[in-house]
Amino acid sequence: MKAVPLRKLVLGIGGLAAFILLWKLVTDAKLVSPVFFPGPERTYVALVKGLSGGPLLSQTFETVKRMLLGWLLASFVGILFGALVGVSKRARAFIAPTLELLRPLPASAMIPVAIAFLGFSDNMVLVVIAFGALWPMLLATVHGFAAMEPRLYEVSEVLGLNRAQVIWKLALPSAMPMILASLRLGLTISLILAVVGEMLASREGLGQSILAASRSFRSADLFAGIVILGAIGLFGSRLLSVAERHLLRWQASSR
Amino acid sequence: MSAARVLKNGGRAAALPVALIVLAQVAATVTQLESDSLASPADIAMAFVSVMGDGTLLKATADTLKAAAAGCLLGVGAGSLLGIVLGLFRIADDALDLTIELLRPVPVVALIPVVMMLLGFGAEMEIVIIALGMLWPSVVLARAAVKEVEPRLMEVSNVLQLGFAARVWKIVLPAILPQLFMSLKLAAGYALVVAVTVEITANPLGLGYGIMMAQQALRPAEMFAYLIWIGAVGWLISVLLNAAQRTFFPAFVNGEGR
Repeated sequence: MKAVPLRKLVLGIGGLAAFILLWKLVTDAKLVSPVFFPGPERTYVALVKGLSGGPLLSQTFETVKRMLLGWLLASFVGILFGALVGVSKRARAFIAPTLELLRPLPASAMIPVAIAFLGFSDNMVLVVIAFGALWPMLLATVHGFAAMEPRLYEVSEVLGLNRAQVIWKLALPSAMPMILASLRLGLTISLILAVVGEMLASREGLGQSILAASRSFRSADLFAGIVILGAIGLFGSRLLSVAERHLLRWQASSR
Repeated sequence: MSAARVLKNGGRAAALPVALIVLAQVAATVTQLESDSLASPADIAMAFVSVMGDGTLLKATADTLKAAAAGCLLGVGAGSLLGIVLGLFRIADDALDLTIELLRPVPVVALIPVVMMLLGFGAEMEIVIIALGMLWPSVVLARAAVKEVEPRLMEVSNVLQLGFAARVWKIVLPAILPQLFMSLKLAAGYALVVAVTVEITANPLGLGYGIMMAQQALRPAEMFAYLIWIGAVGWLISVLLNAAQRTFFPAFVNGEGR
């Protein structure tokens, strides 16, 4: 990894400072009513207060827990089912078209269905997150397996590998770049659906917290919640990028 | 591919959905299903005909699609413009990169309460949220596209001493048109998702609100009819945009996986 050049760093921090200054100027000049739009200081104060002793910390914890549980569930089911479908040409011919058909369905459209079955519960939110985050991983695994070098399948026959060995030793590593990219996308979707689920089902978490803040016109608390949500998204995707680079080291050297 | 082969592939593709529908119908008939959360395929089909017949479904579809289209064009337009500027001026790019990277991961649904507070309910609020959701991906795609424009074209524009507007209009835009279309294509599918999400979460109009109301009125057949219709609309949009891409930018279709 190359170090960030100094010029870029200085300009970047300057740009961020300018952005915050602009934000402050807009709110100080009261271009938008301060009831709706808090300045950076008020947001910062609300953030610090909420995180030190306030409810924000436990809400953040709840949302992150929900997001991670749903994401793990989706990854597990998606990659497993994707591998089972992807490894057999026949299963692909029968099942893949139905999966492609279902893919453009907005995951949030499943929320009413999930409510009908599970009510306004934590499990409902979890199922919605898992269902929504499932698709990218499932399809990436199926496509990754389908795109495997055909000679590798011939190699596996020559070596007399059974199906589980083909999946574990050949297909999964070769589909890994696609799967890892889909894991990152899945995490983004998980965060979005965690927030939506909390808003709709009033389960504890940042989604419910920012909706309540907006209804009672506590705009500083609302913005503090959004800042944390942004930080969760940023941190999650950065972490997975690092993991991606680490896990795909072999690829750069073998090509 | 021969006709027989197309038929065989199509038959295999249709086998699973058809089998599932038949199985669901048989199960519903055998158990004489009476439920607040499940409905038999025949009931769903009947509910579909009824909401289609009285026009509620079409009106909801029009509301959702209008908001999605307006938000999509607004977001992709503004985002692409910013992306082009950032792609052309390295200093602007360096200055704004950090800020954009910090703003980009904010989940778009987190903005629902903010925009709701500022604009109340209605189509406007939904359009603004969709546009905000489309903004950053469009910035990133347009910026990358401009940076990949053949450097000689830029040299040509320097030699011709084109002004900024002329340079964008005559050199950059034609060169990045395929990427812009791809950006629009990705955004269109995503815009529908955001539109339905906003409607389910807060906004009382469109398909998302319709499916939510059907659930709350304990009419599962209608709920599933909406669900299938939403899926069909999403699928149709992606098919149409893929076809358009193949027609207008045939050389670019395979460049998608980058």
